[in-house]
Amino acid sequence: MFDRRDLLKGAGLAAMAATLNSTKALALDTVTLPFANGERPLVKYPQKRPMIGLTSRPPQLETPFAIFNDGPITPNNAFFVRYHLSDLPYNLDPDKFTLEVKGKVDKPLKLSLKDIRKMKATEIVAVNQCSGNSRGLVEPRVAGGQLANGAMGNARWRGVPLKAVLEMAGVQSGAKQVTFNGMDGPVSDKTPDFVKALDLEHATDGEVMLAYGMNGEDLPFLNGFPLRLIVPGYYGTYWVKHLNEITVIDNVYDGFWMKSAYRIPDTPNNAVEPGTAPKATIPINRFTIRSFITSVPDGAKLKAGGTTLRGIAFDGGKGIKDVQVSTDGGKTWVSAKLGKDLGKYSFREWKLPVKLAAGAHELKVRATGNGGETQPDAPRWNPAGYLRNVVETVRVTVA
Amino acid sequence: MQRTVLLAISLAVAAMVGSALAAPLNYKTPDEVAVFKPGPNLEVVQGNCSACHSADYVNTQPPMKDKKGFWQAEVTKMIKVYGAPIDDADVGKIVDYLAATY
Repeated sequence: MFDRRDLLKGAGLAAMAATLNSTKALALDTVTLPFANGERPLVKYPQKRPMIGLTSRPPQLETPFAIFNDGPITPNNAFFVRYHLSDLPYNLDPDKFTLEVKGKVDKPLKLSLKDIRKMKATEIVAVNQCSGNSRGLVEPRVAGGQLANGAMGNARWRGVPLKAVLEMAGVQSGAKQVTFNGMDGPVSDKTPDFVKALDLEHATDGEVMLAYGMNGEDLPFLNGFPLRLIVPGYYGTYWVKHLNEITVIDNVYDGFWMKSAYRIPDTPNNAVEPGTAPKATIPINRFTIRSFITSVPDGAKLKAGGTTLRGIAFDGGKGIKDVQVSTDGGKTWVSAKLGKDLGKYSFREWKLPVKLAAGAHELKVRATGNGGETQPDAPRWNPAGYLRNVVETVRVTVA
Repeated sequence: MQRTVLLAISLAVAAMVGSALAAPLNYKTPDEVAVFKPGPNLEVVQGNCSACHSADYVNTQPPMKDKKGFWQAEVTKMIKVYGAPIDDADVGKIVDYLAATY
């Protein structure tokens, strides 16, 4: 398929183009994520500000972590991007876009974007987080996309409840699951297309939603324009982008991306002994509870005296009850003041004024959810590097 | 003859205007710049792996202790799970390249 000389020539041309127009062809700069082989280019895509480039075909972009200190809503142009397969609908025509609803329904539907926008709209603020967020920090290391903590984001999504669309179609008795397919697909027909499934009960809970709007604008192309699935509290693998095919089925979907991929150990805490394989697995589902310090990066040098620490917390949908902060490596903890409640699926901001004496400090943050769930002191491990939610530590030097 | 050409041009213009009104996205990604590191059988790797994904998929993987085992498992996954049409004769070459280079 490829001729070596063509590739070399291509590389030469790319280098030349880079000289002529560096914003177009080459990295703006590089960043080094905090793990071995963590050097990444900062790349500029249309509709996006400079992002941490993980891969280019298909595109995968991580949000630079400092952006999470700007507020509880992640801007569209900074929102992370994750694809699995390289055939993206780069030329899709929104006027010709059709969402098909079929399978075990009384009235199969073909809805245009206009049809969907005419329906009664709802909004929800919800975090989307990649299942592989923070995988690069997992020890021992595992294969897969090597991300730091920036494959997450929080947005106000606007669209229609999936429940309303399924009611229009009339789900037949005996239906068990609903599958979701988007316009992006594999380059080879031997590669399993990216299709995800939810149980019917979950799909019709009134919260799962078909979104066309994000933070008051259309979805950016790389975040699923013109329509994507929103599954509040659930990992991003279910949030199918460029969604154009919904199928109601009367069995449990057994396609690759449900049956084999995106599985977690069926054990307490969904963890296994590092380096071992689980005996049984289940599909990944709700987020584990997490919290972060956003106002101070690891390794920062601070002035002695008073400073206000800030950050965010979120969980799988119970909502955040309490965020505690330690400035002495976890010996003592103080509850932070929580910011405005934007809903139980949203980032929750927190802040805490602290006084830091000269010397080295380990700052730690730990959230507790309304369901009592909290974060472990030691990381849990699973073969795919999912679910990371260890208490995070930021090391600072005060002088 | 000339009329035919003119007609063809005006039809082409009409088609362009038509497509502009329909406004397909035409989203353009930046040029792909990541390349595989130099190593033995580089061209076999370029020819097989690049068909489905960019080189940074490989370049960003973590340094593993058991390189051969790690990369053998990855190549096997590409063939068995994702249906990569890799000739049997190339499998060993690709694994050797990856284990020696990454």
